Amino acid sequence: MNGGRNCDRAGALTTPRDTDSVCKNSLQQSGTILARGRCVIAHRIRGVLKATVSVAVLLLTGAVVARADSTITIATVNNGDMVVMQHLSSEFEKLHPDIHLRWVVLEENVLRQRVTTDIATKAGQFDVVTVGNYEVPIWAKQGWLEAMNNLPASYGVDDILKPVRQGLTYDGKLYGLPFYGESAMTYYRTDLFDKAGLKMPDAPTYEQIRGLADKITDKTHEIYGMCLRGKPGWGENMAYVTSLVNAEGGQWFDEKWKPTIDTPPWHKAIGFYDDILKADGPPGATSNGFNENLALFASGHCGMWIDATVAGGLLYDKKQSTVADKIGFAPMPTGSFKGAPTWLWSWNLAIPTTSKQKDAARTFVTWATSKEYIELVAKQNGWVSVPPGTRQSTYDNPEYQKAAPFASFVHKAIEVANPDGQTAQPRPYTGAQFVAIPEFQGIGTQVGQTIAGTLTGQSSVDQALRAAQSATERVMRQSGYPRE
Amino acid sequence: MQPTPLQRALAAIVGWGVALLLFFPIAWMVLTSFKSEPQAITPGLMFSPTLDSYREVFARADYLTFAINSVVISVGGTVLALLFAIPAAYAMAFHPTERTRGTLLWMLSTKMLPPVGVLVPIYLLFRSAGLLDSRSGLIAIYALMNLPIVVWMLFTFYKEVPNEILEAGRMDGARTASEVWYLLLPLTLPGVASTGLLSLILCWNEAFWSLNLTSAGAAPLTAFIASFSSPEGLFFAKLSAASTMAVAPILVFGWFSQRQLVQGLTFGAVK
Repeated sequence: MNGGRNCDRAGALTTPRDTDSVCKNSLQQSGTILARGRCVIAHRIRGVLKATVSVAVLLLTGAVVARADSTITIATVNNGDMVVMQHLSSEFEKLHPDIHLRWVVLEENVLRQRVTTDIATKAGQFDVVTVGNYEVPIWAKQGWLEAMNNLPASYGVDDILKPVRQGLTYDGKLYGLPFYGESAMTYYRTDLFDKAGLKMPDAPTYEQIRGLADKITDKTHEIYGMCLRGKPGWGENMAYVTSLVNAEGGQWFDEKWKPTIDTPPWHKAIGFYDDILKADGPPGATSNGFNENLALFASGHCGMWIDATVAGGLLYDKKQSTVADKIGFAPMPTGSFKGAPTWLWSWNLAIPTTSKQKDAARTFVTWATSKEYIELVAKQNGWVSVPPGTRQSTYDNPEYQKAAPFASFVHKAIEVANPDGQTAQPRPYTGAQFVAIPEFQGIGTQVGQTIAGTLTGQSSVDQALRAAQSATERVMRQSGYPRE
Repeated sequence: MQPTPLQRALAAIVGWGVALLLFFPIAWMVLTSFKSEPQAITPGLMFSPTLDSYREVFARADYLTFAINSVVISVGGTVLALLFAIPAAYAMAFHPTERTRGTLLWMLSTKMLPPVGVLVPIYLLFRSAGLLDSRSGLIAIYALMNLPIVVWMLFTFYKEVPNEILEAGRMDGARTASEVWYLLLPLTLPGVASTGLLSLILCWNEAFWSLNLTSAGAAPLTAFIASFSSPEGLFFAKLSAASTMAVAPILVFGWFSQRQLVQGLTFGAVK
């Protein structure tokens, strides 16, 4: 049924006033109802068109303004050192008034997904991205990152710690500049050790650590001898577990890319991990990642903790830590295989090849990773707050050594991290606490869940390693390994 | 049948129990936002409240920009969805064909696809159209995303309206647009309002698309919250403060409009 046919009778009820008045004239002039109906429809259509066009123009101008912007967009994570960088970026804008900065701060995994989508589709939303040393060589191989060639001599590429620099090199070229770097070390409570009459060896072994942890644990007072990462994830529990396995003479894959998880070194390593966390660990260890352990240690519940060196600065911060004056440091414990790759991570600034403002981006990246930037942080926030683990000159600085007593441990730990070194048997991959292949994110997280299952009592170590072995074999087969 | 006092008391207890259970996470979040970082990670009710987290959140990010983006995008997405859904639901409710049922079900089935499945195609479309990091792009996505739900809800509300009323209007010479505007909408206003409110809340809380399709310019409050999580450093108190600030506007809005919402949602429930 067509309501429009009865336009004349419905006029008073249905038509808005302006159309009414305009079209009344047409009725008077031509005298036919049909003409008036036509007029009403034409008027309406014109109105709708006008509105559509003005909305479209509005949208278009919005898009154009956004594109003509001469700013660079920096994607980063919300770690303390990045917060400082964001805060100090006004100094950069003073130095370079023609470059404006826009910040996108995201959760680590969201950032990875977001940036990957953007680069893979060549959308070019980001001019500077924060990436780990896990991604840099993989992304460089894909042609996603700009090579950092021709850096000025004043930048001092050789001042960047060699293991960190090597981790960012692909095919002889640097593809990212390190913003801060870390290895791992052992933190312990000097007051608890003194009370129990114990002494931390200068270079502890895992056996010694086990004995010490047992003596310190006092569950009635909620003191746990050993805190370790238990939260499943390739960058959480598997970072520590991989390093532990390396130390006990194990590895992820043999030279033909066959997984070697169900082997004696893994059994020994996971057996130790499972035992010590059950005997001396805090309750609910499988929900503890870096942050949770940091909070446990800072609130005085851990006797020892083996984790990333970046925790040193955080534990020293009296605002966050109740044990700031009772912390001792030791290197990472060693196992049966000496000189194994331990732990090396760096957060780096890189420029996607899709960036439309590469020059401005390069100016920013070299500024934020320079010696001058480190001095700027020292001037503004004190030497203890400077981004660690990137430059020899930082560790040579007596003021830094004075302000950060853990500095020499961190430096040493990075120097011996040996990410490109060999495991007990030859291996086809690099990486210290990870395996530098794209598939590792998935594999690591899956195996991480299986291993967390031993802590909750879901499965035994033997069962878990068997399951992890077959799951990893399946993924590797599906991904087309062995490739060579 | 009159409920006995015991039944009434039981119903009250169960009702309050469920309400408190549902409200607990929000209350806990608000509590956490007043804790210091080390306190925030350990459960406990005894603490000395501090505003540090709020201060830091305000210093770190420009709350207002994010909030304005959220308002513009949510309202825009809802209005756009209603503009399409009202005629669509009208056609399906009053002029059904044999394919109407199938069409409705098909529309709903699009909600069953995980959004990440279409991330790359949408991202490519947005890139080509220059819509990445723009409010208009998100408005379009939100409208499309909520369209099935909005059409379904409006459809059920419209089904309640007797066809005779519209027929009477037509007898008086109302055309389709007038029928909808002067008869249908006034009759189903509570329903349309609650549909709009629900759509608004869904838009406000949407995180996947807003995180993936924006960077710095058009990012709404969901991106604001996400920026306070940290892989290395304590963040629960700051994250809670940011979340509290992000949900506060919609919470207040929901509080004021709850009568509409409940009225609308129960509108067609009892036949």
